Amino acid sequence: MSGADNVVWLGTPPFPEAARAALADTRLRANLRRATGTIRDRRLAVTAELDDWEDLRETAAALKRRTLRHLDRHLLRLEETVTAAGGTVHWAADAAEANAIVTRLVRATGENEIVKVKSMATQEIGLNEALAEAGIRAYETDLAELIVQLGGDRPSHILVPAIHRGRSEIREIFRRQMGKWGRPAAEGLTDDPRDLAEAARLHLREKFLRAKVAVSGANFAAADTGTVVVVESEGNGRMCLTLPETLITVMGIEKVLPSFADLDVFLRLLPRSSTGERMNPYTSLWTGVMEGDGPQDFHLVLLDNGRTATLADEVGRQALSCIRCSACLNVCPVYERTGGHAYGSVYPGPIGAVLTPQLVGVENAASLPFASTLCGACYDACPVKIDIPEVLVHLRSKAVEAKRRDRILPTPEALAMKAAGAVLSSPRRLAALQRLAALGARLVARDGRIGVLPGPFARWSGTRDTPAPARESLRAWWRRTREEGRTTRNGKSR
Amino acid sequence: MSGRDTVLGAIRSALADVPGAEASDGDPIPRDPRSHQAGPDVVELFVERAADYRATVVRVPPSDAVAAVGRALARTGAKSLVVPPGFPEDLVAEGAWSRLEDTPPLTVRQLDAADAVLTTVAAAIALTGTVVLDSGPGQGRRALTLLPDQHVCVVRASQIAADVPEALRLLHPRRPLTLISGPSATSDIELDRVEGVHGPRTLDLVVIADD
Repeated sequence: MSGADNVVWLGTPPFPEAARAALADTRLRANLRRATGTIRDRRLAVTAELDDWEDLRETAAALKRRTLRHLDRHLLRLEETVTAAGGTVHWAADAAEANAIVTRLVRATGENEIVKVKSMATQEIGLNEALAEAGIRAYETDLAELIVQLGGDRPSHILVPAIHRGRSEIREIFRRQMGKWGRPAAEGLTDDPRDLAEAARLHLREKFLRAKVAVSGANFAAADTGTVVVVESEGNGRMCLTLPETLITVMGIEKVLPSFADLDVFLRLLPRSSTGERMNPYTSLWTGVMEGDGPQDFHLVLLDNGRTATLADEVGRQALSCIRCSACLNVCPVYERTGGHAYGSVYPGPIGAVLTPQLVGVENAASLPFASTLCGACYDACPVKIDIPEVLVHLRSKAVEAKRRDRILPTPEALAMKAAGAVLSSPRRLAALQRLAALGARLVARDGRIGVLPGPFARWSGTRDTPAPARESLRAWWRRTREEGRTTRNGKSR
Repeated sequence: MSGRDTVLGAIRSALADVPGAEASDGDPIPRDPRSHQAGPDVVELFVERAADYRATVVRVPPSDAVAAVGRALARTGAKSLVVPPGFPEDLVAEGAWSRLEDTPPLTVRQLDAADAVLTTVAAAIALTGTVVLDSGPGQGRRALTLLPDQHVCVVRASQIAADVPEALRLLHPRRPLTLISGPSATSDIELDRVEGVHGPRTLDLVVIADD
């Protein structure tokens, strides 16, 4: 089992149920609409500045596609160059293995606490929980991750995990929880973002200064040089990457790039796509260890955890090109209304809807490929041109297949489709049904709309109004007005 | 089987559709780094873009450089200044601050207590308003530009590249590289940009025109 470990949050309801609850939360929807709207506008402004933006996307997509087709070679090269630069490379087939490696490495230092750079990979494997079981406390140092961690919450967005929280909620979390984890928030803490950021600065500063071990993720790694890259804004990343003695980086195997020179493409695409900046405040690149500067003990953990299963699917493989910019979340009409929690996964939004079912097996996240309108906005926004709608449709058919395999009797939906097939294949049967429907509709429709229907139809009709069928079908109308006289528009007889 | 064999084996069987003879570098992927997007005056563009990220930027002739460094430090009222090994002596401004050297290395606590640090750069990028440090002479190890609250950075006009690809070609991958675009910032609270979380809250760039 490639491990549903922490990719999906076990026990959370399937998307349709979770979405219904989220939709009822008006504050959540207001927070989300404001945030995604702001970030969308920013992104459009900075991408419009580059007249080669579309070429860049093409180049990035081609580079990623090609790299994935030879992933083994690039990873072996990366292992070689990192090792030559004084680092140690570890391979982990699944979450349990990765957690065991990190736990062992931390234990070897004799420390019982670590600082962490925000990382999707370590969230995916549930590293914090695994370390806690081993008696090691992990401190999240990204401001948004800190808010989530202190709030005992789950992240709701890839880039801005606390996007669902307003400033007054954050103030409450800081006031209640900071003292339990370290330095408490100052008396009289206001909900001004400046004041809140200052509280986080003071709370985390003491942790940075005493930390001996740090754990990070990686945005990219260049195989030809062994250079690993972390992109961030606050400087918490730089603190973790440079002050401790030991650095452990957990990286999904799909993050490797063939060469250092390829970074130029992605360093131009990522900040503009994710935060809507020309460049994020801090980007750190390091190669193994450097004497006298930064950690003298560096470990790179290469993580599979369902990625090779994804790689095996020729359609779904492209999801591994994702650079975690979250542009697809910010343009998605479904995400904007439900937020990230409804997806029940570490990876929310459109990319989560294609990545999660592939990482954990489609039968373990069967509702996610349907959590989309297939409007294609995500594809338009994706800097590496992942055709998310294509993968969604592909996964939908897999989900239906999986469901059919498990059932003895056909679903009502399958029966309805079979009946529809019979009707639509015969003009005579269709006409008869249309006459019947027009008659029936007159009985149940109000103002030309059909509301909630009884019985098995309630699930469809409960969330939408159905327009009542016309009194006469187009075909019947055509026959009556045009065919009776056998005349065409310019009056000539046929 | 070790994790390594398991993962590599899984990758290879997942890629069964890829012909074994296919070259991993294949035909070159077309690249068109259009540095002309930076326009004719890269120095002016750099000044404008760095200021857009709320760095304080001044453009001075060589004769005014040391005074500009002094003005930047005086503005924040810095009391102590870290000067990394190899920093050009003629640019170290005198003033109401004590000077700290990093040889032998300062402790993390000493660095945290320092008010400002003064460095050169390895390169700069006009289109994004970025400076790049590579721990070379005059830049010091990475912690030096992280813990003090003010970073004063001297950039020579000739070091400014138009765009990211051009800058990356100037840099050595074996050195630790830090790309800095404006002071530390966060947008994690309601997407309001706030400067200064963990890195220096003030970034001063002194751009020295070519002789």
